[in-house]
Amino acid sequence: MFPLIESIYILILAGFVGFEVIRRVTPTLHTPLMSATNAISGISLVGSLVAAGSDQFVSQMLGLVAVTAATINVVGGFWITERMLKMFKRKERKS
Amino acid sequence: MVNYSLEITYIAASVLFIMGLKGLSHPESARRGMHYAEVGMLLAVVGTLLGNNIITWEWIVVGIVVGSAIGSAMAIFMPMTAMPQRIALSHAFGALAAVLVGINEFVVKHEEITSGLMGALGFEVLFGALTVTGSLMAFGKLQELVKSAPITYKGQNFVNITLFFITIGMFVYLIFNPHDTVVFYSMIGLSFLIGIFLVLPIGGADMPVVISLMNSYAGLAAAATGFAIDNKVLIIAGSLDGSSGFILSIIMSKAMNRSFTNVLFGAVGTPQVDTSTLHQERPITKIGVEDAKFILEQSDRVVVVPGYGMAVAQAQHTVRELSDELEKRGTKVEFAIHPVAGRMPGHMNVLLAEADVSYDQLLEMEMINPTMDTVDVAIVIGANDVVNPAARTDKGSPIYGMPIIDVDKAKTVIVMKRSMATGFAGIENPLFYESNTKMLFGDAKKVLQELVAEFNKS
Repeated sequence: MFPLIESIYILILAGFVGFEVIRRVTPTLHTPLMSATNAISGISLVGSLVAAGSDQFVSQMLGLVAVTAATINVVGGFWITERMLKMFKRKERKS
Repeated sequence: MVNYSLEITYIAASVLFIMGLKGLSHPESARRGMHYAEVGMLLAVVGTLLGNNIITWEWIVVGIVVGSAIGSAMAIFMPMTAMPQRIALSHAFGALAAVLVGINEFVVKHEEITSGLMGALGFEVLFGALTVTGSLMAFGKLQELVKSAPITYKGQNFVNITLFFITIGMFVYLIFNPHDTVVFYSMIGLSFLIGIFLVLPIGGADMPVVISLMNSYAGLAAAATGFAIDNKVLIIAGSLDGSSGFILSIIMSKAMNRSFTNVLFGAVGTPQVDTSTLHQERPITKIGVEDAKFILEQSDRVVVVPGYGMAVAQAQHTVRELSDELEKRGTKVEFAIHPVAGRMPGHMNVLLAEADVSYDQLLEMEMINPTMDTVDVAIVIGANDVVNPAARTDKGSPIYGMPIIDVDKAKTVIVMKRSMATGFAGIENPLFYESNTKMLFGDAKKVLQELVAEFNKS
């Protein structure tokens, strides 16, 4: 059961890091934050790729749909986050 | 056998993800942060493709090509106003991937599944499946494919709680009997149902909580996937996503004055509507566009409070034009954003940024409230409950205790509204009857256009 214990350590510590980092995200950027974490959680692509690349037909098909769905999130998520962040500009204003 | 080069790319990816999210603490550093995260993702994907025993490539290529095409099309053509729907939809995609990877693991490893592995798989498919349908329901409501008002029926709580316990029971059974195919797939089926039932009774105004919660669940599903296939970068990315959604849910539920347990179990539902008090005919002060212009001209500091009504009327660009006109005349204009204004966290900020409002003009509720009494005019555009002073004063009000933007403390309040109808929660708003409140009726965009035109005349 060693890998399980290790994984629990990682889960909890990463949760704390996440908490501290996200707490500091400015509320102005909460929507980009959601689309960014969405893109990042598209990391399940990693598991999907292995399934799609196996030699069993069932795995390939499950993997194909999973790879497609995860890629939509990764590509679309990062792209639209960029699109949003580009809009947040500071303008020089008199006053 | 540990594949060291693969693990190193995963560690690098994890660090880059954290640095990426750290960048979001300020608009200046946000884009650089996202570039870090993108590099991290690329590393993880390339590392996986090279470091694993990939036998067939054709399906991988098909999936990546199709996914990239759909993803980029959505990113390019989706208008900013459709952002809440897009976010909801993407939670469904992420969770779907997690569920499918879980099912694959179950199929492939079938005979050798241990109780421990089933624990991880169970969490993965449970959270994944309910996030898929829950997010699709949220998408449907936001896109108005499904009635966005709460859908309730008699015995709803009983049905939901029973379903919930049956599913948990199945999960526990599976941990002791990890090879039971029928129970495994039934559990997934029930989780899909729970997702639907969970979001059914939730109305449009509660969407910020639902979307944050789904964000968190999608992350937890990804983290559980990491446990199931023993992949550390998945655990880290999933728990970052999970904690992000969790924090947003806390912020949203606080801003709506709901208890956190209430949110955690998704039992958001509708507040009891109290229509008894205040319904008598009381005088309100109606004004026209010229009067509004006259009031605004005299002011040194104006605060705009936008709500979902601004998004519906697509009035953000016209609001910015008004703000420009006022600033030209030396008036200081700021925007006060309530955390739950709109349909998702940060909704108003994105719309106003799209309309070219400078981000340092966008202020949080806590920043603006202490100085509200020095504000000459507060303009409320399509917001209602988030400026309702009953939340501060009326203990009988369903929204009592909810933090609000104290526009009633400004010297003058101009409320732009279609009619005297109550807000989403169906609560009467005493603000409209205050002596310093002027009501400017009409479609927000049209009224604002007329107002800008009025300024251009002189």
